[in-house]
Amino acid sequence: MKTEIRTILLAEDNPRDVELTLEALSDHNLANNVIVVRDGVETMEYLRREGKYKQRKTGNPAVLLLDIKMPRMDGIEVLRAIRSDKLLKMLPVVMLTSSREEQDLIKSYELGVNAYVVKPVDFKAFIEAVKQLGVFWAVINEAPPLGNNR
Amino acid sequence: MDDLNAVEILIVEDNPRDAELTMRALRKNNLANNVIIAEDGAEALDFFFCRGKYKKRSIANPPKVVLLDLKLPKVSGLEVLKIVKEDKRTSHIPIVIVTSSRQEPDINEAYALGVNSYVVKPVDFDQFINAMSSLGLYWLLVNEPLK
Repeated sequence: MKTEIRTILLAEDNPRDVELTLEALSDHNLANNVIVVRDGVETMEYLRREGKYKQRKTGNPAVLLLDIKMPRMDGIEVLRAIRSDKLLKMLPVVMLTSSREEQDLIKSYELGVNAYVVKPVDFKAFIEAVKQLGVFWAVINEAPPLGNNR
Repeated sequence: MDDLNAVEILIVEDNPRDAELTMRALRKNNLANNVIIAEDGAEALDFFFCRGKYKKRSIANPPKVVLLDLKLPKVSGLEVLKIVKEDKRTSHIPIVIVTSSRQEPDINEAYALGVNSYVVKPVDFDQFINAMSSLGLYWLLVNEPLK
């Protein structure tokens, strides 16, 4: 198991869901490594080190937790952009969404999502799911090497 | 495991000790009821595509996750991964490479072929059990596969 935890990028426009996600991740001391972006455009700016993220350190996050319904650019479009960008295409992407719509599931798996998690409606179940997810993707999964960066 | 269409986890592992430890971790979390173990890459492919002794399985009932070792007899893990991810009927099935290799070329190759996740087997016994528990809980109870 790894000792160094890489960044978790959370793309989520709902402040309540952000709050709950951070709370769930704090249990395993993962919350300090979370960067929150509020829509699809900001997500791509972070990943491509553009706009207000021009100065950030190089390197991809360990995982992107990606909401589907977001302003400006939705999660499906973000996933498509990531998979067609040669510097980003191996980034582990987990959809974290309220949508259980078959079309979103099919589209996401078609575009090569790594995993798809439906946000449980129940508070406790939500916390538990995010905990499992956080530990698995930040601690157990071996992310692709940092590789070359823009 | 009698009903091949109820398989939730396929473990592809030629090392009996590692297979047993993984089963132990899954049992601890009540996740071991619908598990099947294939001992080489050729058997894994028979499972995926419902051939040979898996003829009675329907491709419409995919497992929720496949744990795939890299170094396997007959057909290697990367070769299995490539075949499964290139076939539209099976490309959506979550595959987790579970291996002792932390080598960058293996990790890169696996992600390039579309692996869903890559887990390095911890050498330490307790850490191995913990990692497999976390893996099982996450992929069986949290992740939403395509039916």
